[in-house]
Amino acid sequence: MITFESVSKLYPGGTQAVTDLDLQIATGSFTVLVGPSGCGKTTSMRMINRMVAPTGGRVLIDGQDVADIRAVTLRLGIGYVLQNAGLFPHRTVLDNIATVQRLLGLSKAQARTKAHEAMERVGLDASLATRYPAQLSGGQQQRVGVARALAADPPILLMDEPFSAVDPIVRLELQQEVAHLQAEIKKTIVMVTHDIDEALTLGDRIAVLAPGGVLHQYAAPIDILARPATDFVASLVAKDRGFRTLSFETLTGLGTTTLPASGPGGLIDMSALSPGWSVQVNRDSGTAAWIDADGAVFGPHPLVPADASLRTGLDAVLASPTSAALLVDGTGNIGSYFTLADLGPLLRPNEQARA
Amino acid sequence: MINEMLAYFAQGANWAGEAGIPARLGEHLWYSFLAVAAAAVLAFPVGVFIGHTGVGRVYLVSASNVLRALPSLGIMTLLVLLMGIGLLPPLAALVLIAIPPILAGVYAGVANVDPEVVDAARAIGMKDSRIILQVELPLALPLILGGLRGAILQVVATATIAAYVNLGGLGRYIFDGLALYDYGQVLVGAVLVTALALVLDGLLALLVKAVSPARRAIAR
Repeated sequence: MITFESVSKLYPGGTQAVTDLDLQIATGSFTVLVGPSGCGKTTSMRMINRMVAPTGGRVLIDGQDVADIRAVTLRLGIGYVLQNAGLFPHRTVLDNIATVQRLLGLSKAQARTKAHEAMERVGLDASLATRYPAQLSGGQQQRVGVARALAADPPILLMDEPFSAVDPIVRLELQQEVAHLQAEIKKTIVMVTHDIDEALTLGDRIAVLAPGGVLHQYAAPIDILARPATDFVASLVAKDRGFRTLSFETLTGLGTTTLPASGPGGLIDMSALSPGWSVQVNRDSGTAAWIDADGAVFGPHPLVPADASLRTGLDAVLASPTSAALLVDGTGNIGSYFTLADLGPLLRPNEQARA
Repeated sequence: MINEMLAYFAQGANWAGEAGIPARLGEHLWYSFLAVAAAAVLAFPVGVFIGHTGVGRVYLVSASNVLRALPSLGIMTLLVLLMGIGLLPPLAALVLIAIPPILAGVYAGVANVDPEVVDAARAIGMKDSRIILQVELPLALPLILGGLRGAILQVVATATIAAYVNLGGLGRYIFDGLALYDYGQVLVGAVLVTALALVLDGLLALLVKAVSPARRAIAR
């Protein structure tokens, strides 16, 4: 548990970066501090590892004031990922990742073994071990940064806008991987971002901060979307708000239709759905292609897993030429499909929004 | 004059003994080495301190400019008048000209390390001494060696003045030649100093290149 107790930061010169912040971050949670620049989110996060000292209040880790822990000792127990990775340009990828373990007193060989493990965990090819950071792409550098933070297996991981410097495609990939990693390793992660979408995707809990470091809301993503506590939070989530809430709804209760048996060449006759159309499933790529009466092929279109969000389901249907998408059940069986009409009953106005 | 110089080089006797070319060359290198080593010992910690902490940056610039403006020959003469003939006055004058380039190289090298890299080093748990030894100095190495190279060149070129106060070194040929109106001998000294400076510069350039391969360039 990380606790902020009425924490303030007033910089010399009069800039109030953080104002009377109270926050409790549960062990094992993924907490995102989100807000525009100048909202004190990075300053607040850096108080956890004493990179910034508060001018008022206290920050506690499991009940102990961080000010009472030696800075170096404290930091060695907290992983840190920076916006531009902050790698050491004169050290190889492997030695960058091994840095913390070397600082903790491990031998070079032991530290490198651990570093190899960390590389594997973040999806870095072993052949990159002897490269220098300048020889890597931005996405790869960021992975090395994550690996370096994770290598010593710290219970707490701090991430400062870790994905904002990479291109959107790599960003999405890295976000998904971090989400996967977190499901596996269950660290206490505190991440800073100005991207509300990223916060909503990754966070279990989101702290919305306004300029001056004023906390406006601290809640689960669905609550931030459905019940913004203040106008400031509402303005932050205003864009596509209704559509976004679909990310947090499941396909539970979806009415489906059983797929007809496949004919010659794996072609499934879908004329019951739409005259003249058929569909072909490619199991290897997990996609389907729609074929119209004239033999024109539309695709590939994604198959929808049964545990996907309502947003994924709706998107698949909207993108399909027949307004239908094939469903993959929990056992990997592709036996049914659903249409826009089937989604209708699920697309009711959000109950929480009404409450 | 050129012929006289060539004749001097051709004469075997000039290559032997205490006043021979190898001996003078050795003296010259020895004075230069002492001066650069002393200057490095003085300037290095100061440069690291100012580069790492940023404290005293303003004084660094003005002090460097003052040092650069000092006339070496004047300083040496003054010190000889105060302390008498000896190795110390010319050495002190040479140390003073070697300090600014070394100080500037060390300071600039350390201060120019990407602040984000230093921040990362601190945030993952390095203490200041480790940040300096394991991050800042390795990254500053090309600039440090660049400063050292400048200092060595200047000292080698200026070390001729030691002969002005009755010491050895390649300056011996120049001052002796001047006294005897033997310009061939003056030329011998000048050519040897120039050649020494060029050879050393070439070697140092290779060294600087060897420690700053492309991989040290920061990608961003």
